[in-house]
Amino acid sequence: MVQLTVREALRDAMAEEMRADPDVFLMGEEVAEYQGAYKVSQGLLDEFGVGRVIDTPITEAGFAGIGVGAAMGGLKPIVEFMTFNFAMQAMDHLINSAAKTLYMSGGLLPVPVVFRGPNGAAARVAAQHSQCYASWFAHVPGWRVIAPYSAGDAKGLLKSAIRDPNPVVFLENELLYGQSFEVPADGEHMVPIGKAAVARAGSDVTVAAFSIMVGRALEAAETLAGEGIEVEVIDLRSLRPLDADAVLASVEKTNRLVTVEEGWPFAGIGAEIAALVMDRAFDMLDAPVARVSGADLPMPYAANLEAATLPGAAAIADAVRRVCYRS
Amino acid sequence: MATAKKRARSGAAAPARAAAMEPETLHRAFRDMLLLRRFEEKASQLYGMGLIGGFCHLYIGQEAVVTGVQYALGPGDSVITGYRCHAHMLIAGVPAREVMAELTGRAAGASKGKGGSMHLFAPERGFYGGHGIVGAQVPLGVGLGFAHKYRASDRISVTYFGDGAANQGQVFEAFNMAALWQLPVLFVIENNQYAMGTAVERSAAVSELHERGAAFGIPGGRVDGMDVAAVFQAAEEAVAGLRAGDGPLLLEMMTYRYRGHSMSDPAKYRSREEVSKMRQERDAIEQARQALLDAGHADEDALKEIDREIKAIVNDAAAFAQEAPEPAPVSLEADIVARA
Repeated sequence: MVQLTVREALRDAMAEEMRADPDVFLMGEEVAEYQGAYKVSQGLLDEFGVGRVIDTPITEAGFAGIGVGAAMGGLKPIVEFMTFNFAMQAMDHLINSAAKTLYMSGGLLPVPVVFRGPNGAAARVAAQHSQCYASWFAHVPGWRVIAPYSAGDAKGLLKSAIRDPNPVVFLENELLYGQSFEVPADGEHMVPIGKAAVARAGSDVTVAAFSIMVGRALEAAETLAGEGIEVEVIDLRSLRPLDADAVLASVEKTNRLVTVEEGWPFAGIGAEIAALVMDRAFDMLDAPVARVSGADLPMPYAANLEAATLPGAAAIADAVRRVCYRS
Repeated sequence: MATAKKRARSGAAAPARAAAMEPETLHRAFRDMLLLRRFEEKASQLYGMGLIGGFCHLYIGQEAVVTGVQYALGPGDSVITGYRCHAHMLIAGVPAREVMAELTGRAAGASKGKGGSMHLFAPERGFYGGHGIVGAQVPLGVGLGFAHKYRASDRISVTYFGDGAANQGQVFEAFNMAALWQLPVLFVIENNQYAMGTAVERSAAVSELHERGAAFGIPGGRVDGMDVAAVFQAAEEAVAGLRAGDGPLLLEMMTYRYRGHSMSDPAKYRSREEVSKMRQERDAIEQARQALLDAGHADEDALKEIDREIKAIVNDAAAFAQEAPEPAPVSLEADIVARA
């Protein structure tokens, strides 16, 4: 095992796949000479040159479409959005051109493109730059949607995403970029798309989370262990396809479920998982499913208001106590 | 990617008359354009009979554009367009049966009945669709050109769009990157004068659409899109420059659609006289027919025989498209995602 930050793990994944396959290239704003707005592509220009690490103008609809078109032409583009907030400019290409083309061509035209970049709130950047798009993309058939937490999963899942023949939305988190994790030293560390992981085993309550919220859930689990509640934290890792079996297997054991996401509650990932469990495991539940989410409002700037908007370990712990009827 | 250098290059060829075309090519063009027209006439009939559903945009009147451009292309080149795409499939060599069966929503259709009139694809023949959102095919087409340059091939991308799409913002984003990276993209504006019901002069502040690339250093020219020889000549010159690495080029084909925007459009925004004047004086097929006759390359009987052959092909396609089975219910969930 080696210690890697999420940032380094993402870079290594891209570098390894670019070494292995000349059709893989990276494009986006500031990915080349600036070395990435968040330094995720550090060193790639030096190794692969201007033909494969390509700075784009600030023109999301245009370069997203060019990325999709290049994928239609047989290449395997990695398109970086400086943040997913800017992907709204490109939404038509993401949905209509990338996600639907395989189906509406009767299987003739695959679109093997990866769109990646930071998603969700960072710190103090207010409403237009602080938004989780997980449920937006997961809503759409045709996409693979991935939202890893640890560096190892970031690396293994990004490698899988680049090799996948489908369009992939790869949701990173700015606040996790600098966080270190142990990662297998093996260069072929792969993590399959569509498989959740048990981040912490427990028998009393299942907490299903993704991306940065896995860390918050693990914090909450630590606190709750001191109160005699053993929490099982499921790191969803992929949101589409969602690993329903992993969630159901855990709920079968714990009979209680809390979902956690940073995004808005309405029609969110938590709502989807609650429906899934009602559908397929209604009789296993000893308490209604509890959803923890970001507050249902545009992100405010003031530090105290921002903190009140985002779910933290305390809110997760409260929800767990609630489904255990301990509050 | 290398960035653009300033350069001057003329866009359009000098106007040519159909008579100036090689007899064999003109003969072929007459036959191909007739196929495109008879196919669309038959599609119109089937639509009227309720056998084709949804939106159906006919190419009648514009046949010279796609025909003349296609003749300038070779294997490995890419073509992409919007939703008015039946003709682009046929001219790429897709059998009429497969196109018509897609319009009727059958399993034997080009997209297995999943796409319909607006979503036709034949990537093995270099045709990449068939895209329904106005203007979206333009960045996609630049992406196809990007792939050619990335592979250091001399193949090019032909990116068609209409006078309506020419106003979409992403078209200019695509122009910028195509020029910045000197991508081998031939932008072809099929200016049929009306974006649905809005005439060019009511939607474009400057109606010389071929000048729209000027801000990016993309040379452009206007071509008589009702004259297949003029289209072919302009396209041949353009393609030669693109293969030589001269960077993107814009051709505005001045054309006209005789029918409404789609089957549900009675086209009340223009006069009957305007349409019949175009049909009588500028029709591409009639010009080709007359040129063949005048030069003695064919006689009336030979041309009538071609018309009979074409009608037989189209009737066969229509019969096939009605008899072919609908997609099997199990196909509903096929091809949502590709298996790794």
